[in-house]
Amino acid sequence: MSNLPVACGACQAGGVCQGKGLSTLKSGLWANNPISVQVLGICSALAVTSKLENALVMGAALIFVTGCSNLFISLLRKAIPRKIRMIAEVAIIATFVILFDQVLRAFYYDMSKTLGPYVGLIITNCIVMGRAEAFALQNPPIVSVVDGLANGMGYAGVLAVIGAIRELLGYGTILDFAVLSTSWYVPNQVMILAPGAFVVLGLLIAMFNAINAGKGAADAKPAGGH
Amino acid sequence: MDYISPWAIIVASIFTSNILLANFLGMCSFLVCSKQIGTSLGLGAAVVFVMTATTAINYGVYYGLLVPMGLEFLWFIIFIAVIAAFVQFVEMFVERFSQGLYHALGIFLPLITVNCAILGAALFMIIRRYDFIQSLAYGFAAGVGWALAILLMAGLRKKMGYSIIPKAFQGVSIIMIITGIMAMAFMGFNGMVRIQ
Repeated sequence: MSNLPVACGACQAGGVCQGKGLSTLKSGLWANNPISVQVLGICSALAVTSKLENALVMGAALIFVTGCSNLFISLLRKAIPRKIRMIAEVAIIATFVILFDQVLRAFYYDMSKTLGPYVGLIITNCIVMGRAEAFALQNPPIVSVVDGLANGMGYAGVLAVIGAIRELLGYGTILDFAVLSTSWYVPNQVMILAPGAFVVLGLLIAMFNAINAGKGAADAKPAGGH
Repeated sequence: MDYISPWAIIVASIFTSNILLANFLGMCSFLVCSKQIGTSLGLGAAVVFVMTATTAINYGVYYGLLVPMGLEFLWFIIFIAVIAAFVQFVEMFVERFSQGLYHALGIFLPLITVNCAILGAALFMIIRRYDFIQSLAYGFAAGVGWALAILLMAGLRKKMGYSIIPKAFQGVSIIMIITGIMAMAFMGFNGMVRIQ
């Protein structure tokens, strides 16, 4: 949890919290991207990305949950006593997760089966909790929604990239359309299995680090500063 | 579905479907707390204890309360509440009765509430339709598997201090790649037992 003050310190120093929506949006999408920079929410990023489709649904779930929970936590931020804020946040987050889970079950049962417990695990996804703690509790509703959506989208974006890489190399397809012909490409099973997920994410984070270091941005923090 | 013996579940959850290496659960604390062997040992022990206890309690709550009342859809919120309450209770209990244990384990307990492996184990137990003995075995073994993984990682990270790592790969990146290799090594156990 030591990264929360860091994330908060960064946004205060940059004046992001006081600023308009745009800088908040940018911070969530790239500069403070939940996965590649803050290294939060790794579990689901690895577990559901064996196919692009799953990654997209999971990304949508997270955008929905962070957006809504940030809105409501921000609206209630003056009413929630400090001592029980954690459990209040968990209750709000869990409500939206249950909502999404029920909708998924009703309209998209196969996907609900595939994602299994990982939809429920959004509750313990540190991104949602982290944004609630570090942002929504201190900021007015509109900016909080933007922050929630931006972080959700930053997360969804990375998930989609991992999902695309793994599906392409693991099955030779993208969204079930054959891209790499099996006549010359032998699908690499490892990419679908657990080790592929770890290695792809590791390389992706390294790439982010390299790009941010190349920019020479003074605020580019090493991902290891967790 | 054939009945799976609790022993098979124990072996499988430690080696072939390790909750961290195959199901990716508990990554956050795995990354943060694997710097020192002592810390990871403490956290691992706390996870084993909490996971065994909470799967048992959640089993009772789910089949004793939620199913008879037709409230299964509330399982997420109930499970996380049970886990949070249990952790809080254990923390107070340990602080009151054993200062030594409190200093060894107590500081890790709050971290555990947000460890997704604990909630994940409870959810897996319901999804895979384990009975009580199986759930108990699963909760215990999943915790042991997690502790094993974090201990191995702490050992590797200690050695890693002596290696020269390219700048962009330093930190989380190289740990991910090592974990990937570790997961590949654990896949060598595949075929020993199968539970899914």
